[in-house]
Amino acid sequence: MRAGAGALAAYRALLGAQARAQTAYRTSFLVDLVGNVGFTVFDVVTVLVVFGVTRELGGFTLRETMVIVGISTGAFALADLLVGNIERLPRYVRTGLFDAVLLRPLGTLPQLLLMDLPLRKVSRAVFGLAVLVVAVGSAGIQWTAARVLLVVLAPLAAVVFFGSVFVATATVSFFWVDSGELANSVTYGGRDFTTYPITVYDGWFRALFAYGLGFAFVGYHPALALLGRGDPLGLPGWVGWAAPGVALVAAAIAAAAWRVGVRHYRSTGS
Amino acid sequence: MGSLTATVAPPAASNVILWFRTFRAIAGSSFRRYSTYRQAAVAGVVTNCVFGFLRCYVLLAAVGAAGTVAGYDRAQLATFVWVGQGLLAVILLWGWTDLADRIRTGEVAADLLRPVHPVTSYLAADLGRAGYAVLARLIPPVLVGPLFFPVHVPQRWATWPLFALSALVAVVLCFGCRYLVNATAFWLHDARGPVIIWTLVSGVLTGLYFPLRFLPEWLQLLLWLGTPFPSLLQTPLDVLVERDPAGTQLALVGVQLCWAVLILAACRLVQRRAERRLVVQGG
Repeated sequence: MRAGAGALAAYRALLGAQARAQTAYRTSFLVDLVGNVGFTVFDVVTVLVVFGVTRELGGFTLRETMVIVGISTGAFALADLLVGNIERLPRYVRTGLFDAVLLRPLGTLPQLLLMDLPLRKVSRAVFGLAVLVVAVGSAGIQWTAARVLLVVLAPLAAVVFFGSVFVATATVSFFWVDSGELANSVTYGGRDFTTYPITVYDGWFRALFAYGLGFAFVGYHPALALLGRGDPLGLPGWVGWAAPGVALVAAAIAAAAWRVGVRHYRSTGS
Repeated sequence: MGSLTATVAPPAASNVILWFRTFRAIAGSSFRRYSTYRQAAVAGVVTNCVFGFLRCYVLLAAVGAAGTVAGYDRAQLATFVWVGQGLLAVILLWGWTDLADRIRTGEVAADLLRPVHPVTSYLAADLGRAGYAVLARLIPPVLVGPLFFPVHVPQRWATWPLFALSALVAVVLCFGCRYLVNATAFWLHDARGPVIIWTLVSGVLTGLYFPLRFLPEWLQLLLWLGTPFPSLLQTPLDVLVERDPAGTQLALVGVQLCWAVLILAACRLVQRRAERRLVVQGG
């Protein structure tokens, strides 16, 4: 019990130190806040521009698509805030900083996440959630108790899912130090994939990202369930409710991958 | 302790051949340096290809019943996306902070002592890097795209040399922009803020996220003439997919050339100003 409280205090101290360090240079922090929200804003602007030249995309109108965009953008921004900095792992492995992390009597994963929790990404998460609220509010959803539950549950599941993807892809650098931007193709690629209805994509590429990696359950299927639309690709309506289950499976896989990765870690000795 | 001018004065008898040899030597060594990062190149190509698929499907979905959108047909859009993914790494839109890092650490002092103007030597190094990127980063997506999507092959022979020229100018222009962004570190010590803003703005205004032709015409005109961004990516791609007749193609490359000259001149001006106020701490 005491050990648990001690660990908690240590994590809190790590987080506090981070917060003070990052806000020490106010102007820099403000530029960071504004710059970061900009990336998410432009992601949404891109969707709007594409809808500027077409009335529908993959059989979905702008209002319908925005529900998918809202879930995806809001959840990705929140996951990025909480665990996105795990993508610095390759550098920790290369420079040997990970040795120090292993030596401390705290969990490796929570340490890494708290060591540089990017507070500047708060602006992104707030904007993403605002998009979600506006999109859901203007989509003309016929509210039932079940859909109210889903509109809360689906984004949370998506956060867990994206977080798992961040962790799982980062573990690649335990095996391949120079993997560089490879992880981006699944994390940011996954975000781009979930921004649009999956009917937009085709063939093996859609099969791989939608069901092989599970990205269809992030925004697309929950949005169908919220909108009360049938799946043009033929899956039954209850699939929209599978999102939390899929997220839990993803989290379990990510945790297992992390454990295997840490065990495989060999210090660069520098 | 006398003061010394930072940039060594060029030799009185400016020898063009010597200058060219130095330029080629720097570019060559940079080419070899980058060609050692093979694993990173493979990882980059995979990432570019994934985004190639993503962007391509989305843009193709926007093509209406008429078979065209904003003046592009399906094959032109596919070429636009896949060559764009390769060209992105050739012009190196993001991730170059070499100069800013060297200014922060003071290592830039060594650059100033060399008998080559810093803008020239960095440009030479960047062209060497770009040359390797053409082989390792541009060619792979250009080969992968057509395996999965019908693509547009230029119909007019003149498009090929014009595209080559346009891509080269884009590399030089992009280098100039990055140099300016990095050079803010002379005044700010840390160029992070400008780099973030550059990354943010350059993604959307170069035509990487969506072809700029999707925007209203007045905005297109404003972007092309008022900012260098469309000249970085959208122009070479529009030239390659023959979005416009030959005359407009030439005009676009002309605008690009003007921007390249302007930005390079700005680089030299900024460099001269910066050298007057640079203080390198430590020894």
